[in-house]
Amino acid sequence: MANKLISEIPLPKSIANVFAARNISTAKDALSLTEFELMELLDVGLREVRSALSLISEMVAPPYQTALSLMEQRFEKEHLGGHFPTGLKGLDAALCGGIPFGVLTELVGPAGIGKTQFCLKLSLLASLPTKYGGLDGRVVYVDVESKFSSKRLLEIGLRSFPEIFQMKEMAQEMAGRILVLRPTSLSEFTQSLEQIKVSLLQNQVKMLVIDSMAALVSGEHEQGVRRQQPLSWHISFIKSLAEFSRIPVVVTNQVRSQNHDETSQYPFQVQNRGETNETPTRYDSHLVAALGIHWAHSVTIRLVLEARSGQRFIKVAKSPMSPPLAFPYHITSSGISLLSEEGMELMGPEINSIHCQGLLPTIAFTESEDYQLLGFSGRTFVMENIH
Amino acid sequence: MEICRLPISASQRGKLISAGYTSLSSLSSISASYLAGELKVTESEALGILNVASHSHCGGSEMSSGKSSIIDGAQSAWDMFHEENSLMHITTSSADLDNILGGGIHCKEVTEIGGVPGIGKTQLGIQIAVNVQIPRDFGGLGGKAIYIDTEGSFMVERALQIAEACIEDMSEYNRFLRKDLQACEVRMQPKDILENIFYFRICSYTEQIALIDYLKKFISEHKDVKVVVVDSVTFHFRHDYEDMASRTRVLSEMASKLTNLARTFSLAVVILNQVTTKQTEGSYQLTLALGDSWSHTCTNRIVLYWNGNERYAHVDKSPSLRSASAAYSVTPRGIRNSSSSSKRIKMM
Repeated sequence: MANKLISEIPLPKSIANVFAARNISTAKDALSLTEFELMELLDVGLREVRSALSLISEMVAPPYQTALSLMEQRFEKEHLGGHFPTGLKGLDAALCGGIPFGVLTELVGPAGIGKTQFCLKLSLLASLPTKYGGLDGRVVYVDVESKFSSKRLLEIGLRSFPEIFQMKEMAQEMAGRILVLRPTSLSEFTQSLEQIKVSLLQNQVKMLVIDSMAALVSGEHEQGVRRQQPLSWHISFIKSLAEFSRIPVVVTNQVRSQNHDETSQYPFQVQNRGETNETPTRYDSHLVAALGIHWAHSVTIRLVLEARSGQRFIKVAKSPMSPPLAFPYHITSSGISLLSEEGMELMGPEINSIHCQGLLPTIAFTESEDYQLLGFSGRTFVMENIH
Repeated sequence: MEICRLPISASQRGKLISAGYTSLSSLSSISASYLAGELKVTESEALGILNVASHSHCGGSEMSSGKSSIIDGAQSAWDMFHEENSLMHITTSSADLDNILGGGIHCKEVTEIGGVPGIGKTQLGIQIAVNVQIPRDFGGLGGKAIYIDTEGSFMVERALQIAEACIEDMSEYNRFLRKDLQACEVRMQPKDILENIFYFRICSYTEQIALIDYLKKFISEHKDVKVVVVDSVTFHFRHDYEDMASRTRVLSEMASKLTNLARTFSLAVVILNQVTTKQTEGSYQLTLALGDSWSHTCTNRIVLYWNGNERYAHVDKSPSLRSASAAYSVTPRGIRNSSSSSKRIKMM
């Protein structure tokens, strides 16, 4: 609607001609200027500009819906009320039924914690027929870090849904529905996103997974501060993709160590630190999500995967509809599963912290670069040995 | 007043000045046909100029309300004081928060609320959209809400939970405080509350500008709208806008339109904003997004932040409220007072 042509708007002929003469052809062109800039440019009075703008605005402004009709529409038309169950019952309950359609859900956590495992399980689930709790559709899996393992995928399938995956043709069909893309650069990723947009609706794609978003930029830009900028376009594109096709979009994010000059405080907090019971929020692990605050604002659901004293936890760190809960989980040959369906409610910013204690004894967590360089080969087998 | 400040087109202004008309008084006593001859324009165009001139000469005649004020359109501080006292506030459902806000979210004012991701901005936005509908019998406004969602973060499931809790609270209030008064039964249903939230989904900054422009017309058709929530003002401008100087101009025009809406229809405007990091004196600090000139545009600015294990709200800027902080919490029932003794109901 933003690119609606001025010529299609029923403006008075005289003023429509002035817009055309000044090469303001779309509503976007007209609305990106202030009233006074338009007066100068079009050489007409304030009243004419205002009345023209209000007409254009009325045509461009989207129609409203009441929240009630929105809810009825979601519940009637959409499978499972617009939520995709993850199969982790406690987590599904906290998220009002599962991963919501139409928005971004982010998984963030240290390397080796099980983000890819979770993604594999979700892709598998989404491909299943509805009677097994799936979405009965294709899955586009953007594998940026080349960590997708078809062998592992089939293993999870075989262990979790033996009745389907023991039949060879069914296994072939289910695994055939998961389409893996491996972009090697940001520009390639951009291209494939544009392609996805076209084919999303035609090809019954029911879920999009991007593993991981952070890897796309970490190779090309060194400094953490500059990192958020090149992704701006992608963030809003992926969000609109999720929105218009109403599918769940799952994106993973890496962690990095916190820089020393980074504070998470406002100026007024620094001033009266003496008065408040403020303790500078420093966590023992010093880990933060690799993509910055700009990205964090864009995701609707953030799930933090972390390890505390060797125990893995999945935490609902950001969600407009859930209390701050943490669930202990483990990874077995059948994939990720919760150890307890009762979540622990966490207090305060603890829900956002990312711990990494005693995850894998072989990895020393000194510098973020060090463990990002450590490979992932054979990780799934290591996990099996642990449990 | 000078000719060059009249809201007329540049070429008309040029013609006026070159014909020797530099002040408004020089236009006050001439006829349209004479002016048309002088400027070599059509008579209707000249009439238009004269209308604009006489209009701005008397300082916006539609604003004067017939009171014996010395300057048209002005209002004495005493009258304003009375008007402000009679204005209602929208409660946030947290008494501590209402306290530092001077009773709640003010009508006729623009309030900006910002904070880090996950602190509860959208929650507060939904809570306000629900609370504005509390009937007058229960000390509310009994109005409707407009919710402008730029990020797709409005969750209708969550709105339903908050609406249900709000109705439960009203019934409870009824039982304890109005035992004798049977008349004020809660007749509202959660469905009614959802029906009174007008939800606009915005997908680009063009749509955002257009909608805010169109709201004036929309609200004059829906007079009972008492709050406009913009969640968030930042998103599209942060992602898609390249020219920063132009962004500032467009944003400030948008803000002035919102301020006008708040005044004209005596409703509350709540703008949610994201945070960004800013480098000052070698260290990074958090600050609300959209830059310094944006920070002047809102009447009140409230920052939500973590303090230890609690969520706090801080009045960062306000002409009438003192700078203060209060704790609040986000519960399954919505925004509530923070106190460890309060019962936390698990949503399992």
